[in-house]
Amino acid sequence: MGEYFKELFGGTKSLVVGLGITIKHMVKPVVTLQYPHESLKMSARFRGHIELLGDEETGASKCVVCGMCQRACPSGCIALAGEKPEGAKKKVLTSYVLDFTKCSLCGQCVESCKFGAITFSKEYNLAGPRKEAYIFDLKKRLEERSG
Amino acid sequence: MSDLARSQNQETFVLNLGPQHPATHGVLRVKLTMDGEYIVEAEPVLGYIHRMHEKMGENRTWAQFMPNTARLDYLGALSYNHGYVKVVEQAMGIEVPERAEYIRVITVELNRIASHLLWFGAFVLDLGGFTPLLYAFDDREHILDLLESVTGARLTFCYFRFGGLYNDIDDDFVTGSRAFIKRLRKRMPDYHNLVTKNIILITRLKDIGILPGEMCRKYGATGPVLRGSGVDYDVRKNEPYSVYPELDFDVPVYSECDSMARYMVRMDEMEQSMRIIEQALDKLPAGPIMPEKVPKILKPEPGDYYSAVEAPRGTFGIRVVSDGTNKAYRLKLRSPTFSNLSLFGEASQGMLLADALALMGSLDLVIPEIDR
Ligand code: SF4
Ligand code: SF4
Repeated sequence: MGEYFKELFGGTKSLVVGLGITIKHMVKPVVTLQYPHESLKMSARFRGHIELLGDEETGASKCVVCGMCQRACPSGCIALAGEKPEGAKKKVLTSYVLDFTKCSLCGQCVESCKFGAITFSKEYNLAGPRKEAYIFDLKKRLEERSG
Repeated sequence: MSDLARSQNQETFVLNLGPQHPATHGVLRVKLTMDGEYIVEAEPVLGYIHRMHEKMGENRTWAQFMPNTARLDYLGALSYNHGYVKVVEQAMGIEVPERAEYIRVITVELNRIASHLLWFGAFVLDLGGFTPLLYAFDDREHILDLLESVTGARLTFCYFRFGGLYNDIDDDFVTGSRAFIKRLRKRMPDYHNLVTKNIILITRLKDIGILPGEMCRKYGATGPVLRGSGVDYDVRKNEPYSVYPELDFDVPVYSECDSMARYMVRMDEMEQSMRIIEQALDKLPAGPIMPEKVPKILKPEPGDYYSAVEAPRGTFGIRVVSDGTNKAYRLKLRSPTFSNLSLFGEASQGMLLADALALMGSLDLVIPEIDR
């Protein structure tokens, strides 16, 4: 009988203590972010989908079409093409398309580029109704950005 | 159907648990033969999320397989990163700089705490308590922010490289980690008062879901499941790797073999991980995070290599066979939860359904890692 009451008392106490903690937390400031109304700024090293980088002066892509990024990618996300204009020394990029649907954001493309031609974007608010919305023409995006 | 089920005169019925059920944490299906509320037979059915990771390993270069390792156990991705780089480093004979080893340990232990916090929340949720999950996620969020600031990702990290790391840590990370540990130390008593000492939790876990040490050995269970059954086995101690031998920590072992013991092992492990991180931060040497020379194209000597690490859920072993080319000839992953789940069929026989769910929760299953 004594055991029974001891258990009853101990059990009730544990519930009251638990409730006390919940009440303590209830009056603390809110920790959640009100997402659609506010959004977070990504940290400097955040890896979003890749983006081409332009030359500071001309705004043209720094890519020399060596194809290293394409070969490094585990999922075959990158399709690029270039041509050598007559008289020029280096190849010029004509198209650079990223299939973001297959990208695992591993960063191997950026690491393999020795020319600093690609970087991670900070975009994470991505949603779309169709698969095609994630085939990014990065060259076009670069041109749009540099105006 | 087992003899037990057949020999019984009562009528039994089949109940499908999953493949879509909140208590199974993913696409696991358990075919239960029930006698009323009691389980006569339980048969886990796997394969719903099989992605052929092992086969992918044979079709990609050594470096290209790296992101796959984060997608096995997405809650403890860094341990799997570690296991993989370790076996390739072993095969290639690459030396890892000391600073990189320390940072590996710090980040892996942070990841372990994050994983245990999530398990803690989800486990109590399985038992019907919602609030602790929110507190645990609040704490876990701080770890994810810290890890994001160095790795660039929040869950599917791809942070380690053959020979070292992708990024160095900065002072912000060090102060952030110390602040987090201080914070979690203050929160642990709350968790114990709110959950561990809660009478409902105790009655649902104590002396229920007994897994004798012998059964764990038979099925190859490892990690907190094994240590909750009184077997003192932790890869970090038994086959020391990285800089663990230089750090002072204990391996929590409970011999009660019940669900409560497994719960306590994980709660204590969080404390131990905090100890490890603090010491590693104190000892953190300066220096490079990558060796001077790492071959660009990896072609390990033909041979058979194996390496294991202590992941949050147990021993993660990886065996690679190289034929001297730039891809693995065979890559075998030994994942802890697969073995931990295997004992469920035998252990749950004769249990009440609700207790079996508590037992399943205490195994801390991550389905993508079972199916691979
Ligand atoms: S981040 Fe990885 S998967 Fe994505 S495009 Fe680059 S290499 Fe390919
Ligand atoms: S590695 Fe760099 S320079 Fe070479 S193709 Fe890719 S983006 Fe262009």
